[in-house]
Amino acid sequence: MNAEAMTNVRAAGLKEKISIRNLSFYYDQSKALKDISLPLYEKTVTAFIGPSGCGKSTLLRILNRIYELYPKQRAEGEVLMDGQNILTSKEPADSLRSKIGMVFQKPTPFPMSIYENIAFGVRLYEKLSKSEMDERVESALRRAALWEEVKDKLHTSGQGLSGGQQQRLCIARSVAVKPEVILLDEPCSALDPISTAKIEELIDELKTDYTIAIVTHNMQQAARCTSFAAFMYLGELIEFDTTEKLFTSPSHPKTQEYITGRFG
Amino acid sequence: MQIADRRRLRSKIFMGLSITAAGLGLSILAIILGTLIYEGASGLNLAVFTDMTPPPGGQGGLLNAIVGSLIMTAMGIVVGTPIAILAGTYLAEYGRYRRIAHVVRFINDILLSAPSIVIGLFVYEIMVATMGHFSGLAGGVALAILVIPVVVRTTEDMLRLVPDTLREAAASVGTPRWKMIISIAYRAARTGIVTGVLLAVARISGETAPLLFTALNNQFWSADLNAPMASLPVVIFQFALSPYVDWQQLAWTGALLITMSVLTLSIFARILTAKKAHQ
Repeated sequence: MNAEAMTNVRAAGLKEKISIRNLSFYYDQSKALKDISLPLYEKTVTAFIGPSGCGKSTLLRILNRIYELYPKQRAEGEVLMDGQNILTSKEPADSLRSKIGMVFQKPTPFPMSIYENIAFGVRLYEKLSKSEMDERVESALRRAALWEEVKDKLHTSGQGLSGGQQQRLCIARSVAVKPEVILLDEPCSALDPISTAKIEELIDELKTDYTIAIVTHNMQQAARCTSFAAFMYLGELIEFDTTEKLFTSPSHPKTQEYITGRFG
Repeated sequence: MQIADRRRLRSKIFMGLSITAAGLGLSILAIILGTLIYEGASGLNLAVFTDMTPPPGGQGGLLNAIVGSLIMTAMGIVVGTPIAILAGTYLAEYGRYRRIAHVVRFINDILLSAPSIVIGLFVYEIMVATMGHFSGLAGGVALAILVIPVVVRTTEDMLRLVPDTLREAAASVGTPRWKMIISIAYRAARTGIVTGVLLAVARISGETAPLLFTALNNQFWSADLNAPMASLPVVIFQFALSPYVDWQQLAWTGALLITMSVLTLSIFARILTAKKAHQ
């Protein structure tokens, strides 16, 4: 980011929620991320863009340590959340992940009812009465703009919903556990344009409360709903700036080529 | 002849051979079932379910054998299933990438195809020989050992069909691994695992060899696990080889009973799997 943009960021009073510092990542022997450093500002949306295989999903998957589910994957460097390095902290990955929600490319409703899909995560960390839980489920579904469509069939299977509804259910499920950060890994790539528009509206709505990082292949989407953008290429961070700056006058020729569709 | 004609001819020959082979297999099955029903159904009456196995020439039924089979099958399932499901869970979830899992899987596959008489001899050696007598308990243990590889295999296969994205999704709301396995993975794989258990029941309810060396047989009513116990397969084995016509008749009837219950279980398992596939 250039000095001018830095000044603007400071002026806007943005706080770094997550600071990624000198982060490298390995799949077994191969290095997938090379010395990445960038901030995620609190209550803003940051886009990770770049051609397939550039490491943007990998980067996202480090932020909630989900990569740890698999063997031979290893991260080096620092990921600070509120000053604490989450990669080395003593906090169990489970409780960390309850603070950093994630929504995936393909909708992944649990094999249970719509209501239970949402209540499941809440029950892991909170003990609520029946009425409190009902409220929580309703507010999460409202938050995800799904309530009106499912309020009469809360106890039917979540897997019976359409793709777009399932994806909003997954967002509701993340929101319900009251995370601080939400990671979205190409959340719209399997959805039709109408569902996509709904999710985008939702992202805009959610950023008032949450710090959001989104991986997307859709340039318009990145331009529409994000404030900051990071362009990555071959495991390296090429450029990080405000979305506006990155899309209108990128400082790196590679970024220019990518956003104008010359490769990728 | 044109090359296309030759190919068409070859195709016809192979299709003909396949259809003949399929027909042959199916007709053998049909003949077995038909003979069983023809020979066995005539002996079906209330006494079969209420009376004990008779001495040659006497009146009687198969009650002690039916009950013995039920007890030992139930024991095999109750003892074998939890061990097998836990082992299958280890292979699919915890140990998936470990070397030990490959070894366990390999050994399990050997066990899966081990002749059941070997299992019978093994249990004879560790239980019958040490206790000094045959027992229903030993029979149940032998059947449990037969259940384990079947259920380990199906549990692992079914859990592996649960997509990793679902595991990641569960983890991403902060679910600990054990909770994910119990509440998400088992739930997603439930019908498959139940089907595996049903198939294991079907497999052991017809086993004779492992029971011959363990539970032996018992002419009389006995629900004592510490004593020899009758079972349908062993009674069929004994009665069918006897020179007495009424014993042979009971053997046919017993065979029909087993076949029908296994058939019912298999159909039930099929329906469950079909429902799963439909979802």
